[in-house]
Amino acid sequence: MHELAVCQSIIDQVSHIAAEHQSHVVEKIYLQIGPLSGVEPDLLQSAFPLACANTAAAKAELIISKLPIRVRCKSCQAESEVSINRLVCGTCGDWQTTLISGNEMLLERVELQTEH
Amino acid sequence: MCDTCGCNITPGNKHLIEIKGKLSRTPDGKAAIDVLQGLLSENDHQAQHNREHFDKHQVLTINLMSSPGSGKTALLEATIEALGDQLSFAVIEGDLETENDAQRIRAKGVPAIQISTGSACHLDAHMVHSAVHQLDLGKLDILFIENVGNLVCPASFDLGHHRNITLLSVTEGDDKPAKYPVMFRAADVMLITKADLLEVLDDFRCASAEQNLRNLANPAPIMEISAKTRQGFNEWINWLEHELHHYRQHLARGEQLHPKIQVDGHDMHGTQHVLHHPAHD
Repeated sequence: MHELAVCQSIIDQVSHIAAEHQSHVVEKIYLQIGPLSGVEPDLLQSAFPLACANTAAAKAELIISKLPIRVRCKSCQAESEVSINRLVCGTCGDWQTTLISGNEMLLERVELQTEH
Repeated sequence: MCDTCGCNITPGNKHLIEIKGKLSRTPDGKAAIDVLQGLLSENDHQAQHNREHFDKHQVLTINLMSSPGSGKTALLEATIEALGDQLSFAVIEGDLETENDAQRIRAKGVPAIQISTGSACHLDAHMVHSAVHQLDLGKLDILFIENVGNLVCPASFDLGHHRNITLLSVTEGDDKPAKYPVMFRAADVMLITKADLLEVLDDFRCASAEQNLRNLANPAPIMEISAKTRQGFNEWINWLEHELHHYRQHLARGEQLHPKIQVDGHDMHGTQHVLHHPAHD
């Protein structure tokens, strides 16, 4: 399970951002996760309390948007939403597609308590 | 995924950057900072440093990933036997415990650094960085990184390598690419290993394994090989030599070589980065 390692990386980044903005309390952390990132949102949620203990994010809420997998066909140019192990064109069936979204593993936004 | 060239901006999140500034206020007065940074940005930063380090010394670095017991170390032993008098190799071995694999490589006269990860299920760029500093890169042509045997976690961590090789042994089943799509999608080559056993197995079809890989939109070459009988070894050796040549051509043009999976985001992500030499080793 590498989700704990990912959570620790999130906490490092978020703590850094909080310090930059002179905040000691992180309230909300928004993530965007695509299935092809290899990170499981549910496992991130369960690992998060272990990683955030005794940090500025100790009481932070972790909010994860799950993004769909979308591909564009190289031959017919159609765009389709596909499943994780079948990235083939939904229109013509060609397997030669380009990923448009679905591999995201992003820290999108952080909300902080500040003095002013 | 990196945080410098905009590859993390997708059609799904583009509006956030276009509409909002970096810092705004929520209705209840909290400070809200839009970040859009990869969750593993520290690892990615270290990986990029590693890659620059490899490129400074012109060492093609190949990440081997597979299940435990699919024959990564046996492949390396046979590759060293086949090419060891023409090319200079080193190996970084990742395992939870023991020095066994490193000892097997050293017995072939090739330097090997063992990383014992303890309970960690994957190598990361920092672990590889520490190991690299125990090697004399100036003497090497190819560095192999034998990742921890695991078809899940290693695929999420950039180590600074140039190519991914995923091994699928014929005893594992031809549906592994469908079961572990993140890993097999990342493969620049899929090696079907222990191919000498195909004649006694009636349930592994190479054509099915290929179809399952293509269903991931992955055009990677597929080779059926056996480290034991050397079946398919000419093709494998030719591929390695070709990749080394291709890598050196890239370097000569001042370009950096990345695993091909990053080509997928072609419209958002340059396939090559301008090479910067770090100020220190």
